[in-house]
Amino acid sequence: MTTHTEAPVSAEQQEILAKLAAIIEEIAEVPADRVSLDKRFVDDLDIDSLSMIEIAAQTEATFELDIAIEELAELLTVGDAVQLVLAARA
Amino acid sequence: MSDNDIVVTGLGATTPLGGDVWSTWNEMLAGRSGVRRLDAEFVEKYRLPVRIGAPLAVDPATALPRGVARRLDRCAQAAVVAAEQAWEDAKAGDRVDPDRVGVVVGTGIGGVRTLLEQAELLARDGLRQMSPLTVPMLMPNGPAAHVGLAIGARAGVHAPVSACASGAEALAWAWRMLRTNEADIVVAGGAEASLTGVTMAAFARARTLSLRNDDPERASRPWDVDRDGFVLGEGAGILVLERAEHARARGAKAYARLAGVGTSADAHHITAPDPTGRGQARAIGAAVRSAGLLPKDVGHVNAHATSTVVGDIPETVAIRSALGDHPVLTGPKGALGHLLGAAGAVEAIATVLTLRHGIVPPTANLERLDPEVRLDVVAGRPRQLDTAAAVTDSFGFGGHNIALTFTTA
Repeated sequence: MTTHTEAPVSAEQQEILAKLAAIIEEIAEVPADRVSLDKRFVDDLDIDSLSMIEIAAQTEATFELDIAIEELAELLTVGDAVQLVLAARA
Repeated sequence: MSDNDIVVTGLGATTPLGGDVWSTWNEMLAGRSGVRRLDAEFVEKYRLPVRIGAPLAVDPATALPRGVARRLDRCAQAAVVAAEQAWEDAKAGDRVDPDRVGVVVGTGIGGVRTLLEQAELLARDGLRQMSPLTVPMLMPNGPAAHVGLAIGARAGVHAPVSACASGAEALAWAWRMLRTNEADIVVAGGAEASLTGVTMAAFARARTLSLRNDDPERASRPWDVDRDGFVLGEGAGILVLERAEHARARGAKAYARLAGVGTSADAHHITAPDPTGRGQARAIGAAVRSAGLLPKDVGHVNAHATSTVVGDIPETVAIRSALGDHPVLTGPKGALGHLLGAAGAVEAIATVLTLRHGIVPPTANLERLDPEVRLDVVAGRPRQLDTAAAVTDSFGFGGHNIALTFTTA
């Protein structure tokens, strides 16, 4: 399994990643252990646009945040989604 | 058989009697009922006067991949399950041109379970808990669209909505699509899954449902003197219809022909049928004429007969006036309950099997025939019947009347 090597992953990032991985597994049936920060939703995890909308909706519900449509379009990797949650918490 | 004939080459169903056509048919022949006591939470929650229904015998979600099932309302799930059975049965697969494959799947109500579930989530937990798939799951064209996606149909996908006539109307539209050569093969029928607290309460408020809560299996009893209303059921029935020339070219078997269709409207009342049966008789007459037959040729009617006090008699008046008093009747809702938008399609399948096997299933629970019926109704046990033509009719709230004439292949 590949991981980001540039920066150490914080405990908070790990917590968010674990929750996102569970959401992705539930909706797109991608095993949670395949979900890591550098994985691209479409190209690596083979997630279609309908599933992305569902993942976004579940992310909003889980983390109590709102994702604008422009933000959704810019979510390319799982790491982008983790950053979005971190930014919303800041 | 002429090249313009329309033949039935595939059957699929999921009903309160079984998860496929054969289990459903065998239970119908045995005169068994799919009606049972409902243990759903909403029965207590709303203190419903009606505590019985005819739920699907097999949860359609279990017949679909989990990822597919969770994106579909139960109504669309049932439609897709039945359509995949029918498509498999027709052995059409990849040997047909997708641009020449059509779909017509009707529903009475559509994704009402989704609508109610999501309304509750929105009210209780807020916007963020609502599914982004709410719209495609609740729309009444959802079952048709999902069947189209499942089989890759590109000639046109349609979803007639005419209450309890929807499933039969879908077959009428499929017949027209084939007759006008818009398609070579059309996957058509109806689906319904509306056993919810709100729909049960709504039909109960309209005083249409049987209150025989203490004896569920005997609650749906078409034409019986002690009938007291219909029983709400859920299900799906799908037929593969095909131009005979096309079926022959690919070596497909034909169960029967859909020889003619007739449609009319009462313009009488939003829920009650015209008591004179005139509108219904016009639909039946048109279905026989468009098949190139005479009334005397029709030996059997698979009737609508929902087991309501007011609805069952006008239909028999219509049958006598359009066909005469010779056809042998059966009332399939005694066994199935009322599948609303799926009813006409499931009953069309039963009609096809009657022609194919020369046997009429009994009208379950018919013990004492209402003397006003004055027709020969099969009850108690199945009856062998040698006839080349049969009619099935369906009528919906709104005064929609549909009749279909099937003949032996």
